Amino acid sequence: MADKVSVNFTVNSKAQTVRVWPMARLLDVLREELQLTGTKEGCGEGECGACSVIVDGELVNSCLIPAAQVPGANITTIEGVADGERLNAVQQAFIECGGAQCGICTPGMVLAAVSLLERIPQPTEADIRNGLAGNLCRCTGYMKIFDSVVKACLGTHAPPRAERDD
Amino acid sequence: MQKPNVGQSVFRKEAADKVTGRARYVDDLTFPDMLHGVTVRSPIARGRLRGVQFGDGIPWHEFTIVTAKDIPGANCVALILEDQPYLASDTINHLEEPILLLAHKDKYLLEEARRAITFEIEPLPAIFTIEDSLNRKELIWGENNTFKSFLIEKGDVDAAWSQADFIVEGEYETGAQEQLYIEPNGMIAIANPAEGVTVWGSMQCPYYVHKALIKLFGLPPEKIRVVQAVTGGGFGGKEEYPSMIAGHAALLAWKAGKPVKLIYDRAEDMVATTKRHPSKTRIRSAVGKNGKLLATEIDFTIDGGAYATLSSVVLSRGTIHAAGPYNWPNVRVRSRAVATNHPPHGAFRGFGAPQSIFAMERHLNKVAQTVGLSPEELRRRNFLKECETTSTGQFIAEKIDLSSLLDRALTLSDYHTKKQRFAELNAANTTEKKGIGFATFMHGAGFTGSGEVYLSSVVGVEATKTGKVRVLTSNTEIGQGSFTIFSQIAADALGIDFNQIEIAQPDTANVPNSGPTVASRTTMIVGKLVESAALGLRQTLVAGGLLGESYSAEEFAEACRQHIATHGQLKSFSKYEPPPGVHWDDEKYQGEAYGTYAWAVYVAEVTVDLTTYETRVDDFVALQEVGKVINPVLAAGQIEGGVAQAIGYALYENVVWREGRMVNNQMTNYIMPTSADLPPIRVYFEELPYAYGPSGAKGIGELPMDGPAPAILSAIEDAIGQPGIQTFLGQIPLMPETLMKMMTAGGANG
Repeated sequence: MADKVSVNFTVNSKAQTVRVWPMARLLDVLREELQLTGTKEGCGEGECGACSVIVDGELVNSCLIPAAQVPGANITTIEGVADGERLNAVQQAFIECGGAQCGICTPGMVLAAVSLLERIPQPTEADIRNGLAGNLCRCTGYMKIFDSVVKACLGTHAPPRAERDD
Repeated sequence: MQKPNVGQSVFRKEAADKVTGRARYVDDLTFPDMLHGVTVRSPIARGRLRGVQFGDGIPWHEFTIVTAKDIPGANCVALILEDQPYLASDTINHLEEPILLLAHKDKYLLEEARRAITFEIEPLPAIFTIEDSLNRKELIWGENNTFKSFLIEKGDVDAAWSQADFIVEGEYETGAQEQLYIEPNGMIAIANPAEGVTVWGSMQCPYYVHKALIKLFGLPPEKIRVVQAVTGGGFGGKEEYPSMIAGHAALLAWKAGKPVKLIYDRAEDMVATTKRHPSKTRIRSAVGKNGKLLATEIDFTIDGGAYATLSSVVLSRGTIHAAGPYNWPNVRVRSRAVATNHPPHGAFRGFGAPQSIFAMERHLNKVAQTVGLSPEELRRRNFLKECETTSTGQFIAEKIDLSSLLDRALTLSDYHTKKQRFAELNAANTTEKKGIGFATFMHGAGFTGSGEVYLSSVVGVEATKTGKVRVLTSNTEIGQGSFTIFSQIAADALGIDFNQIEIAQPDTANVPNSGPTVASRTTMIVGKLVESAALGLRQTLVAGGLLGESYSAEEFAEACRQHIATHGQLKSFSKYEPPPGVHWDDEKYQGEAYGTYAWAVYVAEVTVDLTTYETRVDDFVALQEVGKVINPVLAAGQIEGGVAQAIGYALYENVVWREGRMVNNQMTNYIMPTSADLPPIRVYFEELPYAYGPSGAKGIGELPMDGPAPAILSAIEDAIGQPGIQTFLGQIPLMPETLMKMMTAGGANG
């Protein structure tokens, strides 16, 4: 077995160094080494998206990323989405629209929505559906999550456009 | 005085914790010196345990090892029949049955150790089908492989056949379904003879776990404490099974003398824990040529798996709902829950009703086809109305008008226009077919029959000196919004601000037993107790001359302060009393099966792709009468989520069994709906206040699970049906391959 290695990266704008097995899952590193337990494990095989985090601007399943892959990376977890006590527009919209029920998919879902709106500030309904399709929710049937994303757009951007012609 | 909260979409009480990741679920908790635990399970479905082998290369002396011999009390999971052991010691009755437990501080080494254990088991023949169980191919449980059977008789079914113009028969089948809460099951325990046993975990019913641990450890009730952590979904899957996991964690902690965390991974959760009961239903009905339903004989059987667990109660609900919301003058329902060597099936939203309602709704479309009426006209002629009686003889006192409900749902979905337009489109389209269909149904809220009387739930409210009020119940927040609903109800009853209400985390050391969080009972039954306990607290202050009929927040706080200064505390409790006129005969299965019912019409629109045979649901209208809606956003969220789960039940969620084991126990190959799969789910409520619910509310949690599957299959039939060929779909999940076989074979069966 390989030895533990030191990994330096930035999590939620804070420099971190952890000493872990090279194949340790980023999910476990965040939860166990850094006590960032907002990132959840739903399936452990990259299907459900409960462990979603943003690594260097991309939404990834942290259960599929080994520690050896993230030296120097810039990582955002759910704990880094709000600005102190000031919630992100997506978080506020989830509260107002009923986007969270049991809450276990919510951290990943919020990050997926944040990532979507960074890429596509004015998404169509199809953009929203596809943008969240890697994050499973068993409680809501997604309708209130769509409402939340639309509301978040209204708060920070122009209203969502009607369905594109293409 | 505050403006009312009830009827408003007040924001979810714990939403901020959930959207920021601060909410602490069981796997987010750690204790000093904590060990991790695993369950070592049977690799075969049935046999006799002869020995255990511990493989080489593992430092076994470092491990805590628990077998049945280590159990301090009784080796059974106390629930209804107490036939299920915590750890098998002799007979193995299903695959993945727990045999041995391990704990160690290093969870990676623990996993290696689990794999290094082998069991010597003398195999016995196992049975996996309802038929083999009924035919007693092997006798695996009791005297006849039957956990429970029921018989409902109304009128004289036998006399009706000779008067029938049509006799319609059909067979209907539903598969298992995984609850698939996104948070897998888990528990943490601290247990030792001095302090007793404490567990924290993901659960719906703290007092079920409490009861089970009392028996397992042989300890007095006050030595057992059960605390619910924030719970990531339940849907019934965390009703009874958490008692097993809590017991396992506690047994390990008891022996180790250290805290033990036992968390299932997804594969283990799916392969080992309960699922929805598969069912088979045969229905034979007598019908007049005018479409009048004369009599029905329903034979309803569910596969309970290897142990009794909750099968008798699931069967009961399925049996009572089997005749649907129709005025059958003559009804016979025979039902049974049978044993197989599957892991035990258990509670899942709907609890037997989705199975029997599926059968009846599909059957009525067959009746309509046979009689030559449209599905809607047949129903209109037979809907249960005010002053008529259900199959159990329950008199309908509500002013329910199902024909109007149907009208509204068909208008909302543009049913007639679409039906005609789709027929025209389909005639010209050879690559896809569109269709529209509906289902009409009802769902009883609260425990069945005398269940609520036996539960005898108690709720408390307690004021602080600063005028805050805590609600004390054992009912859990599992995503459905119970803490928010209770706060709305309590705030209005007390005339104070929503934010002045606190909900105590369910902890058996601090809250009374207000019953389990199941059966669409939390808002209607427990919410009513919250309302009356809160009114009692207010009345105490008014009667004591501390509060007038109208008051400000400051006056309320001052009254609380004064009362507490004089009496030391200010608490009020309320205990369940059945509504007047509710009688239930457990022997004859006659009477008021439920205090009330929610009534619904659901309409589904589909497209069937003739290349892939996939069905896509394009639009969904869910209209229901549910009494007063306490919180419109939360209520719609319940319906939308239930409809999504039921779309999965109808079309995607196929539990693949091989020799008694679920072999697709992964999210990769057990497919639930994603955001890209679902139609717009359009939810509409009608509100006919129920006199015995809080502000008139009825239960709604399970209702949306009942209707989608039959509505969708009706829509598919509408899409693929061809003039002159009788097409009939009677089985779910309806997978593309099934539809392909059926359509390429040139016709369908029932």
